[in-house]
Amino acid sequence: MKTPSRLSRSIHSLLLRLTQGPAAYAVAIVWLAIGVTLVYISPRSLIAFLIFLSSALLIYYLKLSNRAKLSLAILVTLVLLPVVGVRNIFYLEVAFQISVYAALALGLNIVVGFAGLLDLGYVAFYAVGAYLWAFFGSQQPSLLHAIPGTAPPGAYFLLPGNMFYLFVILGLAVGALTGIVLGLPVLRLRGDYLAIVTLGFGEVIRVLANNLDKPLNLTNGPQGITPIQRPTLPAPLLDAIRVVLDPLVGRRVTDAQFYNLFFYFAALVVVVIVITVARRLDDSKIGRAWTAIREDEVAAIAMGVPLVRMKLYAFAAGASFAGGMGVLFAASRTFVSPESFSFMQSIGVLSMVILGGIGSIPGVIVGAAVVIILNLQVLQGLSLFLSELRQSDAVIPIINFAWKDLSTQLDPAKYQRMLFGIILVVMMIYRPAGLIPAARRKSELMKEDSAELPDENGQVNDGTA
Amino acid sequence: MALLEAKHVTKRFGGLTAVSRMDFVLDEGRIVSIIGPNGAGKTTFFNSLTGIYRPEEGEIHFDGKALIGMRSDQIAARGIARTFQNIRLFGNMTVLENALVGMHTRLRQGMVQALSRSRAFREEEAEAKVQARKVMDFVGLAGVGDELARNLPYGLQRRVEVARALAAQPRLLLLDEPTAGMNPNETDEAVSLFRRVRDELGVTLLLIEHDMRVVMGISERITVMDYGEVIAEGLPAEIRKNPRVVEAYLGRGISEQAAA
Repeated sequence: MKTPSRLSRSIHSLLLRLTQGPAAYAVAIVWLAIGVTLVYISPRSLIAFLIFLSSALLIYYLKLSNRAKLSLAILVTLVLLPVVGVRNIFYLEVAFQISVYAALALGLNIVVGFAGLLDLGYVAFYAVGAYLWAFFGSQQPSLLHAIPGTAPPGAYFLLPGNMFYLFVILGLAVGALTGIVLGLPVLRLRGDYLAIVTLGFGEVIRVLANNLDKPLNLTNGPQGITPIQRPTLPAPLLDAIRVVLDPLVGRRVTDAQFYNLFFYFAALVVVVIVITVARRLDDSKIGRAWTAIREDEVAAIAMGVPLVRMKLYAFAAGASFAGGMGVLFAASRTFVSPESFSFMQSIGVLSMVILGGIGSIPGVIVGAAVVIILNLQVLQGLSLFLSELRQSDAVIPIINFAWKDLSTQLDPAKYQRMLFGIILVVMMIYRPAGLIPAARRKSELMKEDSAELPDENGQVNDGTA
Repeated sequence: MALLEAKHVTKRFGGLTAVSRMDFVLDEGRIVSIIGPNGAGKTTFFNSLTGIYRPEEGEIHFDGKALIGMRSDQIAARGIARTFQNIRLFGNMTVLENALVGMHTRLRQGMVQALSRSRAFREEEAEAKVQARKVMDFVGLAGVGDELARNLPYGLQRRVEVARALAAQPRLLLLDEPTAGMNPNETDEAVSLFRRVRDELGVTLLLIEHDMRVVMGISERITVMDYGEVIAEGLPAEIRKNPRVVEAYLGRGISEQAAA
């Protein structure tokens, strides 16, 4: 450790040179081009897709001008991803889920990361939003007196599908309102007690969704509500887009695929809004008050920070995004059921926040992406790979183990939770502040390291170059 | 009229009466100390003033308005700022941010302005930073504004606490053992800072202090507490000679010094 080898030093300096100045632009563009080409040529290859996605991370880390970063990000999210996504619709689904969960994680990050309030029932607000549109955007209002599961004739849609747009806004408001209603009695509690009560609240909402099929059939019980309307996409517009998109994709884009595109973009818009709101709130009197509360409640209140009101702000802001996202989710799936809002969902969103970096906006987004990709792609890819091996006659040479004897219990997708547990434990040991730590948290958790950051090194290199 | 007036304030913790029927009057523009042995109820009295505890009996009036029943943040907004016996800084915020949190009640921005980044918001933020830097310069923290509070040496952390309290533009500043743990040099600097706070900013000061050099040097009046009660009140010279005080608190050694 004391004397780094010449090799590692030269690798280090090479990396520094590649991540700065004009070389960085070349690296970003080349990597992106490789990723896009690979995905375009072999739309089914998992590795190609991962290389493509990693370019987004690369753009974040390279020292590029902000304008270059922004335009590359726009290129990836608005042009490249939709095109490769339509070629393999599964990728678009992955990107959509990443966006949805990134927005949820960003919302939870306001509560947990900024204000330091541990909320274990966050998904309840998501459920409130989802059921809001599920009820008003389906035939459910006309089925209030029907027995759950039956579809009597004469059921009708109360509202047109285009009310969806209004309901996204309503979802934000209703989410915030639910946050305040729950927060008022609860936010006088601290730490563990708050966590327990929010956990209970999350379960209450799920159980309500499960049981509110009597006396009035509001939620249709465990079967869930379907079909839920989507907004209509105007055909002339679609045809206009097809003129450009069809040749890029290489075949005709179907209407169903346009819906995928639509919801992907809608989720993206919400993510951008959430990022803006979170950053602006953080950099204001409110954000400072949140940090102060997290650091020392007594000192904060003695300085005139109204604790309950500030905590309510955090709760309401976080909850509103979950509510809005819930409406989007309900419309995109055309189906909601209580299952989607289990405790594991809350934990999942929380682990995205922790994995990415509590309090760090880019970190939380990366956290969401990593968890979703692991879930939807890597683990399932591994499962698929193993089951292929199992069907083959392959044998592991030395120990003479035939793959077909491998137990079906050894399916990586079944070990999802265990893997997450392991990942979280390892993270807490080696990188407790998350993948991309927030500046503040980093300083909190890494006291000794702060003296020897490579900054100085980098500056010296800059000077001589 | 008195700036702060406490009448028959009583605070009990179960069977223990920490502050018992305490009467206290503080005139505007004064520097006054409360002294007393450990456990006399001084900090409990401070916490009752600032709304952290709610006294069972009695009244507290600040600038003619009753304080009991108000929350701490409301009391702070009325113009009482404080420091703590064990430093309670926001350690992972910069010195500047600490001061800005102190200004919380003085900033008028709300959620809507913060989200819209209106012109008024940007002007207020810029102005707040100027103000905060002024306060930091005043207490001798020029140049460390971007340091994290917890990375500062102890003496400077004490100053940050004072700066944070002063940023709230208080009328009354409560200092709970402000020179505890300081060396004689730092103590002298702190004392002259407190004088400047009163003389230049016109802030009334109320101190809890154990260092007799500080107490006798800075206080215009002294209140002595023991077992939750006021046992003496008066000018420093009177307190020095008061036999009850000598017996309860100062001890023989100091009384001999005083006599000499």
